[in-house]
Amino acid sequence: MSEMQLKNPMLRWIEYRLPIFSFIDHSVGSQYPAPKNLSYWWNFGSLAGIALVMQIATGIVLAMHYTPHADMAFDSVERIMREVNYGWLLRYFHANGASLFFLVVYIHIFRGLYYGSYKYPRELLWWLGLVIFVLMMATAFMGYVLPWGQMSYWAATVITNLFSAIPWIGVGITEWLWGGFTVGNPTLARFYSLHYLLPFVIVGVVFLHLWALHQHKSNNPLGIDIKGPQDTIPFHPYYTYKDLVGLGVFLLVMFGFVFYHPNYMGHPDNYIPANPLQTPAHIVPEWYFLPFYAILRAIPSKLGGVIAMAASILVLFLIPWLDTSRVRSTKFRPVYRWFFVFLVIDVILLGIVGAKPPEGIWILIGRLATLYYFLHFIIFMPFLGWFERPLPVPDSIHQPVLGAAAGAAAAGENKR
Amino acid sequence: MKRAILAIAIAALGLSLAAGAFAAGEVKNPEQRSWSWDGVFGKFDRSQLQRGYQVYKEVCAACHALQYVNFRNLTEIGFSDGQAKALAASYEVDDGPNDEGEMFKRPGRLADPLPKPFANEKAARAANNGALPPNLSLITKARHDGPNYLYSLMIGYGQPPAGVKLGEGMNYNPYFSGNQIAMAPPLADGAVQYGDNTQATVKQMAEDVTAFLTWAAEPSLEARKRLGFKVMIFLLVMTGLFIAAKQRVWRDLH
Repeated sequence: MSEMQLKNPMLRWIEYRLPIFSFIDHSVGSQYPAPKNLSYWWNFGSLAGIALVMQIATGIVLAMHYTPHADMAFDSVERIMREVNYGWLLRYFHANGASLFFLVVYIHIFRGLYYGSYKYPRELLWWLGLVIFVLMMATAFMGYVLPWGQMSYWAATVITNLFSAIPWIGVGITEWLWGGFTVGNPTLARFYSLHYLLPFVIVGVVFLHLWALHQHKSNNPLGIDIKGPQDTIPFHPYYTYKDLVGLGVFLLVMFGFVFYHPNYMGHPDNYIPANPLQTPAHIVPEWYFLPFYAILRAIPSKLGGVIAMAASILVLFLIPWLDTSRVRSTKFRPVYRWFFVFLVIDVILLGIVGAKPPEGIWILIGRLATLYYFLHFIIFMPFLGWFERPLPVPDSIHQPVLGAAAGAAAAGENKR
Repeated sequence: MKRAILAIAIAALGLSLAAGAFAAGEVKNPEQRSWSWDGVFGKFDRSQLQRGYQVYKEVCAACHALQYVNFRNLTEIGFSDGQAKALAASYEVDDGPNDEGEMFKRPGRLADPLPKPFANEKAARAANNGALPPNLSLITKARHDGPNYLYSLMIGYGQPPAGVKLGEGMNYNPYFSGNQIAMAPPLADGAVQYGDNTQATVKQMAEDVTAFLTWAAEPSLEARKRLGFKVMIFLLVMTGLFIAAKQRVWRDLH
């Protein structure tokens, strides 16, 4: 690492013994080169990191006041809401923060899908991101169980029961997860323990994700490689300031929910204490699981549904190879671009289906949307890559950014 | 193109969020009213909360508990310390064991929760034809569109339409899931005597008790909206500064 010019003698003293300042500078500072044409869609990675830190910070304080016991959990959450100083703020922050964290991560994933950020040589980067996503789902699910309301209890029952679909050993696995013969106090206690542990595992995988990112640097809206220093600008100050703009908007949206619609994304039934003897009319997960819930219910067999739901995530691990296109960015793929739009619509449609009771027309829509989801990745992705004629791709990031007439047209939709 | 994608995504996301609210059967949608606590600057009306407490105390409390509200919390709706103490002391509360190991009764204190009408669920069901009167401390958050639902339920009792058979001891209410509710119409004109000369009509009492129970479910609502306004102003200014700083940093590029 290059020598760092530090004016402050104390910092220089530390840097000489532990080069932490140059490490930071090389990681997210002036020594980390980023493509000069990153749009605001590239804000969502750092936003996800900030959201993770905010969840951990609020979660640690909530844990100081929460009681992980089936008889006391619900009361302890109400105690946080009523007696703990700013407890209502902490809890609404944590609950809405989780939703916004998922929103940010979904945008981040679709950004990666649109610009081919999963393609060579970023396959492992993509995989690590998916691992983070799966860990997030586990963490969020277990966190949702902790208030021990009706939806908590029944969501835990439905989701843990999925494992019982596994032939031969399924029931054994389910009872092992429960720590008993039904969802109960042992289940709550272990979910609490794991809900505290997993975020730190996520932090670890985030570091691997960043490590892999820094190896080949960020992809960019043109999806072409960095050819030299003329294609890059230092991460700091350019992207640190650009990320701050995104952070400001993110916080406005999040605190808008926290202060003015704190329960909008929650379900009223979770303000009813868990009652094992009374099943709610409709058991629905949080909005960010609805597309997967729809896929689960689309298959008329329990084991089949579980396999389809698992496959809907596993297929994402394969897309670096399923996508046969020579160009990364969908910007230069006139046909695939439409298929990308259809995929977004399909996933949102699955989300709507997941929120509806599985009756009437919704069953058919759910099945077609599930079928389309898999068709997109398994059929359209490889075949379009072979048959589609991509538009001409610019030679370098530098050229279109410089604003030559042709280059400007290529980069036209791309905000600086 | 990308803007179109974004617009579609946002619109559909909104749709799917709205779809999260379920629609079950032929239950009538609650009457949509405007409440004093709606909106960015929403506040509770203290005298309305006190009237609502009176309705709760004299009508609802016969069957419904309010376990998360303590007597000391009543000072938050405008009762003085002395009034809240006197209210608490008007109840007999179980305490103990004392030094002899005996349970005993004593007058209520500010720190006590409002007393429960029934010792346990079995007792509550036994006294209510098998039905369980729910705890009301979170009721407006535990029902979709809570305050409007609660108000509509209070005023919504009526004669069942022709062809609808009610179960034994059940009452017709189009706002209740299944349209049959075990609770008899709780309010009748003049059921309470308001101290501030407000006419105790069914609608007035329903409105007042809805306000009181909304406060009981979310006592931090006013503090939340007050703080929220300051935070949003701060964030708007901060985001503006971030945008300006970003423009300035990027200006010299190229």
